[in-house]
Formats: sequence, C-alpha cells, structure tokens
Amino acid sequence: MRNIFLFIRRYFHLLLFLSLQGFSIYLIIHYSRYHNSIFSGITNEVTGKVNQQFNRVEYYFQLKKTNDSLVKANAKLYNKLKADFELPDSTMHVFIDSLKTDSLEGYRKYTYYPAKVVYNSVAAQNNFIVLSRGSAQNIRTGMGVIDPNTGVVGVVTDVSTDYAVVMSLLHKDSHISGKLLKGGETGTLNWDGKTPNIISLKDIPKGAKVAKGDTVISSGFSTSIPKGMMIGIVEEAVPDKGSSNFLIKFRSAANFYNLEYVYIIDNKQAEGIKTILDNVKKKTQ
Amino acid sequence: MNTLVKNIIRFALFILVQVFVLDKIHLHQMVTPYIYYLFILWLPFRMKRSWQMIIAFALGFTLDSFRHHPGFHAAACVLIAYIRPFLVNLMIPQEGADTNYEEPSFKSMGGFLPYFIFTGVLTLIHHGWLFFLEAWQFGNIWYFIVKTLLSTAVSLLLILITELLFARKQSFRTNTA
Repeated sequence: MRNIFLFIRRYFHLLLFLSLQGFSIYLIIHYSRYHNSIFSGITNEVTGKVNQQFNRVEYYFQLKKTNDSLVKANAKLYNKLKADFELPDSTMHVFIDSLKTDSLEGYRKYTYYPAKVVYNSVAAQNNFIVLSRGSAQNIRTGMGVIDPNTGVVGVVTDVSTDYAVVMSLLHKDSHISGKLLKGGETGTLNWDGKTPNIISLKDIPKGAKVAKGDTVISSGFSTSIPKGMMIGIVEEAVPDKGSSNFLIKFRSAANFYNLEYVYIIDNKQAEGIKTILDNVKKKTQ
Repeated sequence: MNTLVKNIIRFALFILVQVFVLDKIHLHQMVTPYIYYLFILWLPFRMKRSWQMIIAFALGFTLDSFRHHPGFHAAACVLIAYIRPFLVNLMIPQEGADTNYEEPSFKSMGGFLPYFIFTGVLTLIHHGWLFFLEAWQFGNIWYFIVKTLLSTAVSLLLILITELLFARKQSFRTNTA
C-alpha cells in the first residue's frame, strides 16, 4: 500500500498528464452526433451568448450581402404568387376528388422557422453553425436547415433552451442523401475536409449521365429536408477506376462563408415516420 | 498588476482573439492560424506543473466549446503544458534566470534564439498533435505534414508580431524568496 502511494507521488505529473490526455481523447471519440447531455447544454448556452454578442457587431458588415439574398428570396416568392399565373379555362374539365379527407381543410406538413446565425465556421475539419433559436422556440434535433435561397445548409444536432447547433454539410459525419435533378439517381453527400463549398457525391453509378453544370437536389428520403431543395451544381464528374461509380464534386448552393439568416424546417410528420420505422425494426429483430 | 488578474485577462483575450479574429480568417485550407496557446507559453516559471496542465486543459476545453467538438485542443494544450518545463530547463541560459524573471520572453530566456526555439518546438508539437488527432479520422499523411508545417510557420509569424507589438515589461527581480 505504501509503495502505491510512493509511486503515485513520484509519477504524479506523468499520471496527471496521461489522465488529462486520456480524458481529451475519450471526449473526441465518444462525442456522438446525438448526445444531448446537460453538460453540452450548458456549454452551448454560454458560448451561444458570447457568439451572439459578437454577432451584433459583425452583423453590420454583412448587411449588404444579407439584403441581396433576401431580395432574391423575395423575388422568388413573388414569382410564385397566384396572381402571376393565368388559370387555364377549366370549365370543361372534370375534377375527381380522390382525397378521402376534407380537402378544404388543408393540413400542414412543413413549417419554416427563420433563425439568425450567431456562429459559423468553415475552416475546421468538422464545421458547425450556431443559431439563435432553441428548444424554447420549437426547435428539435433532426430538423433540416436551408439558406434563404433554399440551398441546403445542414441538420440540427444539438439544442439548448435558446440556441441550436447545426452540423453543416462541411462535416465528415454529415451524410445527407442527394439526387441528380436530370437523371434522378440518388447518392450520399460526403465532405473530404479540405475545400469549403466543394462537396462530393458518392454512389452514383457509371450508367448515369452526369455533366458539369448539372443540379444536385435533396432526395427527400430523410425526414429532415424536404424533396427538391437545392444542394449544389456539379463541378466535375470523373468515372472511378476502382468501382462502378462516378467521382462527383459539386459546389454547394449555400455559400457557407457568409450565412446570416437561415430557415429551420419542421417536418410535422417526422414523429409518425419515426414510430413506423421503430415498429418495423422491432418486428425484424 | 497581480499575476492572477493578468493571466485571467490574458485567458479571455486569447480565446476571444482566436475565436472571433483568427477563426474568421480563411487564408487557405492548409493554413490554420493559431495563437491562443501563447497563453500557456507565457505562464509564470514558478507555477506548479500540475496547475499548468490543468489550466492548459481548461484553455483547450474552452476553445473546443466554441468549436462544438470537445477534446482536440484540450489534448494538444495538455501535451505542450507537460513538455514546457523540460524545454524551459534546456533553454534557460544561466543559473537562476527562471527565478530572476517571471515568465518566458526574449529577455528572460537570454536572447532571440533560445526563445524562438522554445516557441518553435512547442508550436510544432501543438500543431502536430492537434492535426494528428484530426487527420487520424481523415487519414492522409502528406496532407497532415504539409498542413502542420505551414500552420506552424504562420503561427510563429503571428507570435513574433504579438511579441513586437505588445512588449511585456520584465523587471529583474533581485531579491526573490
């Protein structure tokens, strides 16, 4: 027993060093996407407050860009107004209502919540965005995030009472499924951790027709991001010699360098889909 | 100024500068400028080694909280805090310089070269370990080496500018207990 104490006293610094080092590496490895401990809630709240203070200053420098993107978004919405379209003459047309429910009482599938970006990084290998809207303002983990011009930004991974942390597309664990608008083939998005705004799309077979300038949209397979949101424009597509797939690199539609406002998408049916999937999993086990 | 107060202010300033100035600069994907760990290099000579490591962990963890993935910077900071005393012993020129002066600087370490080696080696170790932990998940050896060397060069340049801009007064302490 005495020897143990002597040993500890003698190698105290080394032991302290090793234990601190071990704890750090434990944090790196065991930090999962969906952990939601009280601890991370507190750190998010504190860093969120600091970030918000700083953002108040930085916001003024970005006003011009923010304004431009909002004008663009507005123009897009104006173009969708019913008043802009002339209705076809439908007097001879017979409508058959196939809906069993009362179609006049439309039900909502998606709600868009606006949120301000208070912290954003692109230079790290795993990038996050912090939004000033949290669980107190109806935000839950797993919601999708888009920029004002419907470019996909990421998915909410962590929520505290007033702030939400978003894992952006520029994160190695971000695996959102994307789809080629022209051919309809779906693949998985993957970021190699090097150039911001350039993301690769995997699992597209060589049979697909891909060319520079093609559009990549969201597939709508996940409950986070609705179908048809803009993800990016293909920059280069090279057939991979080692497999039967293409190596596709595309430029993201959302510019991660200057995000100011984003929209968080609340899928009202997410809960329902999740319970069905859980039931299926239980049955197959 | 009291050493404790001075170091608390430094801690906050270094973290704020790192998070809100340097992290916002996107020089190149290969170059990540870092300066916050200069706080650890500037800790007093006479501080206990265990305290140095605990404070270094706190510094790294604070920066990690802003990056939302804890562990990376904490590990690198603890490593340089552990190695620092060995390097100080190697680089201190004459007997008792570490008791005559308060903290490492050009003056207390006896010239430009020893201090430069001191900061250079610790910067290289910090960046190497940090990028190793990150690259371990991406796995590309050349990317890792080039990134470490380039970032070290930029960080050393930043440290040099900091030292020239903010000259620290280092009074010679004659009668130290």
